[in-house]
Amino acid sequence: MSPEIFNEVCGIAADVFAVDSKTLHSGSSPEQVEAWDSVQHLNLVLALEGRYGIQFEPEEMEGMKNLGQIATLVSTKIA
Amino acid sequence: MRPSGLRHEIEELLAGGHWHKAAARLRVLWESEGGVPLAGYVVSAFRKIAPHIDLKPHRCAILRSFTVEPIVPVLKACALTSGIDLEVHAGEFNAYAQELLDAGSPLYAFQPDTVILAVQTRDIAPELWRNAASAEVINRVTSQFTGWIQAFRRSSAANLIVHSLETPAAFSQGVYDSQLEENQASAIHQVNRNLRKLARAERGIYVLDYDALVARYGREQWGDERKWLTVRLPIAAPHLAHMASGWMRFLAPLAGRIAKAVAVDLDNTLWGGIIGEDGMAGIRIGSEYPGAAFLALQHALLDLSRRGILLAVCSKNNPQDAMEALRDHPGMLLRPEHFAALRINWNDKTRNLREIAEELNIGLDAVAFLDDNPVERQQVREQAPEVMVVELPPDPMQYAQAVRDYTAFERLTLSEEDRERGKYYAAERQRAELEQSVSTREDFYRSLDQEAEIMPVNALTLGRVAQLTQKTNQFNVTTKRYTEQQIGELMRCPGWRVLSIKVRDRYADNGLVGVAIVHHRGEISEIDTFLLSCRVIGRTVETALLAWLAEEARALGGKRLQGWFIPTKKNAPARDFYREHGFALRSETPTGQLWELELEGAALRCPEWVRLLAAVAENA
Repeated sequence: MSPEIFNEVCGIAADVFAVDSKTLHSGSSPEQVEAWDSVQHLNLVLALEGRYGIQFEPEEMEGMKNLGQIATLVSTKIA
Repeated sequence: MRPSGLRHEIEELLAGGHWHKAAARLRVLWESEGGVPLAGYVVSAFRKIAPHIDLKPHRCAILRSFTVEPIVPVLKACALTSGIDLEVHAGEFNAYAQELLDAGSPLYAFQPDTVILAVQTRDIAPELWRNAASAEVINRVTSQFTGWIQAFRRSSAANLIVHSLETPAAFSQGVYDSQLEENQASAIHQVNRNLRKLARAERGIYVLDYDALVARYGREQWGDERKWLTVRLPIAAPHLAHMASGWMRFLAPLAGRIAKAVAVDLDNTLWGGIIGEDGMAGIRIGSEYPGAAFLALQHALLDLSRRGILLAVCSKNNPQDAMEALRDHPGMLLRPEHFAALRINWNDKTRNLREIAEELNIGLDAVAFLDDNPVERQQVREQAPEVMVVELPPDPMQYAQAVRDYTAFERLTLSEEDRERGKYYAAERQRAELEQSVSTREDFYRSLDQEAEIMPVNALTLGRVAQLTQKTNQFNVTTKRYTEQQIGELMRCPGWRVLSIKVRDRYADNGLVGVAIVHHRGEISEIDTFLLSCRVIGRTVETALLAWLAEEARALGGKRLQGWFIPTKKNAPARDFYREHGFALRSETPTGQLWELELEGAALRCPEWVRLLAAVAENA
């Protein structure tokens, strides 16, 4: 995964959660980020789908553990 | 400018406290790439700006049979960039029926201004979604809607927007369906027709043509079956913003964010090329490409003018060159008589826009501005943040669509006055010429040959009366806004009078242009509302109407006529109204002044040059 993709995913997540992107890192997860509830998780998925023109499988949506893993998943889908 | 650059600029404007500029740049950012990814950012940026700029508050409840949470931030961002601070309440999933039917439900506790009933065919009419349906099913689904709408009206005077039913992408009987005269599609269309009829019979109920919205973007593209089956979100990510825009087309007019006029640039906007350089033979306008793109825009503008939106020209040009093209170019659809005001000169656009607003007697915040040049647009945004600047796409072939999609041009009701408005303004220009030619003001009033007809409001005039209370800002003593529903209730209240005034003169029938609402209670009659359209103020019909109110109060045994003047940013023209008519200041509070007229011995009379036709007192 390229750092550009990670930074972009991070920026989108920051917008969705309405937090400063500097507070997010690859290990950021729903447990750590207060705003990251199930509604915001769906918003994040939709924002990424809209931005990259990709679709996540239901299993992939459920399996997203942290931002690093999500960015990797995005990279494989747009590769 | 690249989006990242724009965001950086917005951050700096926010940090520096340049709220209006930041809001203006956010609008550009949103109009160029609005959608789910950006919504959170726009909403949180506006949270900082909101305390410092003028936004219209509006409370919107969404009742739904599907997941709407991801659309809510997009809707809020659309609203904020259109000048509306939207408070949204989403009803419990699939609880729309209970919420509508139960007067004690969270829906009514929220006290919404507008309620959206966002339902889809497969949820509320599964038979219609799966099978060709019988008349019995059509009736059952229709009566379901009837029950909901009636229950809603019993508990709330808010506006209600109901989604129409959409047809499926594939019919249950396949192509055989289209061999039948009565089929699955026609059953759904029949329900929608019934729904429109139900809505028209009630005040403040509107139908959102969900079927047409889905069709516009393509049935298969619109839906996302995975998201529907997993998280009950039936709309694919790229179209969530389109759903939000669909709602905004109703919310903008309901929240009062409407453009009353659109000021249009000429070169490369109304036609292709530059008239001063390319000449009559060189500019591109007509039915063939590339002129066809500009002709399409002119058709869109003509449609706006038929909705009562005034057209104006705001162009940097030599007036002779530009007028020749407007008058004589064979490819033009719009001609000088379509425009209520013309500003063709070398002054800056903001100044011209201010003059146009003044000439048309409307606020600068009711003017939309159309210009192909991003620099001009930005300048206007910065110098006159009230103006609604339409973010035209770079390609002229998309101009017409951009205008048709602009929410401030939407109207939910259209009166006869709206359709004829352009003509009134042409007549006004003639009147202005006459005023120059007669010597005294009284001669001018006499020469107008005015006739005023005062009538209690009735079913035919209710819509226009409510519309006037919503839209009149200048000659309006209390600026109380009423919905049709509320006016209907006032009409039936004992002691209350809701009157309308129609005005004709030798140049035009101005139609219904004024409203007075009076509460008669014993010795005191209080004027709750007194307003006149700016089309007729300054011609003494206001005196005629006020004199008539005094006469009626006297006839009902009243001793004193009272009225509040509540100042707003815009109603300065009405400030001295009561004083000038012999009222005395009775008291003053931080919100306004209470004026009073002793009816006995008052000199208030209808001016001799206004012929008064009054259909008197059937419901006093």
